[in-house]
Amino acid sequence: MTVPATTHRGPQSRILRWIDYRLPAVSFIEHELTGYPTPKNLSYWWNFGSLAGIVLVIMIVTGIVLAMHYTPDADLAFDSVERIMRDVNYGWLIRYIHMNGASMFFLIIYIHLFRGLYYGSYKYPRELLWMLGVVILILMIATAFMGYVLPWGQMSYWAATVITNLFSAVPVVGGKIVTLLWGGFTVGNPTLNRFFSLHYLLPFIIVAVVGLHLIALHQHGSNNPLGIDHRGPQDTIPFHPYYTIKDLFGLSVFLIVFAIFVFYLPEAFVSADNSIPANPMVTPNHIVPEWYLLPYYAILRSITFDFLGIPSKLLGVVLSLGSLVLLFFVPWLDTSRVRSARFRPWYRIVSWFLVAAVIGLGYVGSQPPEGGVVYLGQLCTFYYYFHFLVLMPLIGKLERPRPLPTSIGEAVLGTRPAAERA
Amino acid sequence: MSDVAQSHVSSGHEGETRRDFLVLTAAAVGAVGAAVTIWPFIDSLNPAKDTLALSTTEVDLAPVQVGQRLTVAWRGKPIFVDHRPPEEIKAAQDVDAASLRDPQPDSARVKKPEWLVVVGVCTHLGCIPLGNKQGDPRGPYGGWFCPCHGSIYDTSGRIRQGPAPLNLVVPPYDFTSATAIKIG
Amino acid sequence: MLKPLFAAAALAAALAVSGAARAQEEAPTPPRQQWSFYGVFGTYDRAAAQRGFQVYKEVCSTCHAVKHLYYRDLEELGYTEDQIKGFAAQSQVTDGPNDEGQMFQRPARPSDRFAPPFPNDQAARAANNGALPPDLSLITKAREGGPDYVYAILTGFVNPPASVKVPDGMYYDEYFPGHFIKMPPPLSDGQVSFTGGAPNKVADEAHDVVTFLSWAAEPNLDDRHRMGLKVILFLIVTAGLFYAAKRKIWARVH
Repeated sequence: MTVPATTHRGPQSRILRWIDYRLPAVSFIEHELTGYPTPKNLSYWWNFGSLAGIVLVIMIVTGIVLAMHYTPDADLAFDSVERIMRDVNYGWLIRYIHMNGASMFFLIIYIHLFRGLYYGSYKYPRELLWMLGVVILILMIATAFMGYVLPWGQMSYWAATVITNLFSAVPVVGGKIVTLLWGGFTVGNPTLNRFFSLHYLLPFIIVAVVGLHLIALHQHGSNNPLGIDHRGPQDTIPFHPYYTIKDLFGLSVFLIVFAIFVFYLPEAFVSADNSIPANPMVTPNHIVPEWYLLPYYAILRSITFDFLGIPSKLLGVVLSLGSLVLLFFVPWLDTSRVRSARFRPWYRIVSWFLVAAVIGLGYVGSQPPEGGVVYLGQLCTFYYYFHFLVLMPLIGKLERPRPLPTSIGEAVLGTRPAAERA
Repeated sequence: MSDVAQSHVSSGHEGETRRDFLVLTAAAVGAVGAAVTIWPFIDSLNPAKDTLALSTTEVDLAPVQVGQRLTVAWRGKPIFVDHRPPEEIKAAQDVDAASLRDPQPDSARVKKPEWLVVVGVCTHLGCIPLGNKQGDPRGPYGGWFCPCHGSIYDTSGRIRQGPAPLNLVVPPYDFTSATAIKIG
Repeated sequence: MLKPLFAAAALAAALAVSGAARAQEEAPTPPRQQWSFYGVFGTYDRAAAQRGFQVYKEVCSTCHAVKHLYYRDLEELGYTEDQIKGFAAQSQVTDGPNDEGQMFQRPARPSDRFAPPFPNDQAARAANNGALPPDLSLITKAREGGPDYVYAILTGFVNPPASVKVPDGMYYDEYFPGHFIKMPPPLSDGQVSFTGGAPNKVADEAHDVVTFLSWAAEPNLDDRHRMGLKVILFLIVTAGLFYAAKRKIWARVH
């Protein structure tokens, strides 16, 4: 059920009307951006979508400029990155923006994802919107992984070795798959070259999927913290100027955090080992992926035992990738007919357990797999799957949701404006 | 972003001018920030420090005997250094500059008459003229001869015949001592 | 209202720290030192970096290369063009092939990289009992603990505890992982004489050479800190303006 657009008058000037008659770009922008009806009660948790889009653009622009100076050859890559850092005008700045932008991108996306989980943004009629988001996340992970290999430091090389070796867990053809990925008998120059090519390509595929994601969003409009549909103009406001200015404010706050990392803590997210050129003869003491991949890494290493005849290595791979695949099914795993956790007393609490489990997995992934760390990883992995496969369906059926307000407008005009509540 | 400044059909409120001023200021500050951010990206395309470091070349002239010619590289291009014997200097100076296609007296092209320093790239379409190596043809004026389309240069590197429009370019250089120059 | 954004920042910081955390190597954590370039307003102490360059040149360059430095980079430390030409000309670099097809040696120029002590890794190992002295261009970035660690190594050559037997050809260092390092103690009191009579005990020489090496690893730190301050102040002002504009615009809705 599409929402009627708020009134807008169409392009003003003759030139804009000339263009619009031939290519409806101007009226498109007015319909989808300027006049687009948005629930009036969106909180700051709703800033993260546009933030992610902006960071995507930043990553592409910095990436293209870096690619003008980078050499994707195993003998030259590391030195070409040092050249960027030392000799290219502002090269250090562009590189640090790109490097820290990746971490910011994942931080934003994980918050964006959690917002979706908490407020039921994946429920009817937004299931496909949610699934497209999971596709974007998977593409981001692939892009980021390949990007980390490009500087060809010790961690680049060995992370590439460990992760590509995972495919050897596939029964029968695993070894052949790994050789195909490598283009050789180990990670080497052929691997680096194809990772560079794909790292350049994938972001544009992400852009396309983001486009689909936005089209799907605009079909039914945004969800909101109350989780109830908007029923008319009294519940919505035009996106411009209300959410454009709010997004700009959120952007400037984000940029402060981003700038702190770029200018004062630029290597906070990177292992010191990556300042050592790749050496196939020396393995670092602790091979650790980037922080945003730590939870998946932790799940992978948690499976230390064979189960039902399945080797532990394969099971680890399956459960690690499965943690992402599982997300596709969330719209059907959650049986509640209430969207927003605000009105779901049990689910609300349990959502934070999930956050704790994921942070726990992140910690586990950063530590050597010995002692209590292993048990913690296994516990958190178990909880992760338990949360989605057991708790979500059960809680939806068993909990008694709190009564929903009749409309957004009423809730907004009620006591404190809902939009100001975090 | 908010340059399409349209007032919306919404319940009118007092203080609109104040709001507009605030919004305008915020937008202007944001735009300045965006513009300042673009400069590093553009500047990163300019020559990097290692490229700039190779933008000057020092040449020791002591080993170049009278009558000898030397080729050195400068910014990726060949430079012809000619230790001109008196005949060449006289031939270069005895020409009515005004009659040349690209009028330039020899004195305007050298700092010391016995040393000619020119960029060895033909001003027609960019080939490297012959004449700097032993045994090369030098053309009828004793200077250089471009094999690509037949441009002929004299002992001052000036175009005398053939399709090239301009004299061989004299690069910026200075004598750092009696027997050394710094090009660039 | 801004909870999500602050929570995000806190999360990022926490994850950054956890990502870098490692199980303790078999060596104590190097003690924190005072460095002029630490902190938001940190800059390189140029005088210390110049002394450190002297230490590198007179002591470390015998075995350690700094291949990512060019002689012209020394201009940033305050040396003149003539001084830099002088430093460069003291070393020979390989150039060529010449017209006879031969590689030849010539004095280095400012546009050359620092001449390495050995032509390749194998030669370096052969001259050092099989050990490879690492390139020092990035050493303060390439080790956990950064400048503190490098300083600790240089000043950590002590007599081993009575129970510990140091293998032949190795030396006991308090802060090197595993304690046995192949490098003999490189610094001694008064080894390098600084013009102007700056102190030159081991601790001073170590402090200066680590300042130099930190600069070598991150020559842009001063620019980065300066630019960062301006950018963040500008962003704070911008955020404030956008917030005020947001409140004004949203006043219509509330």
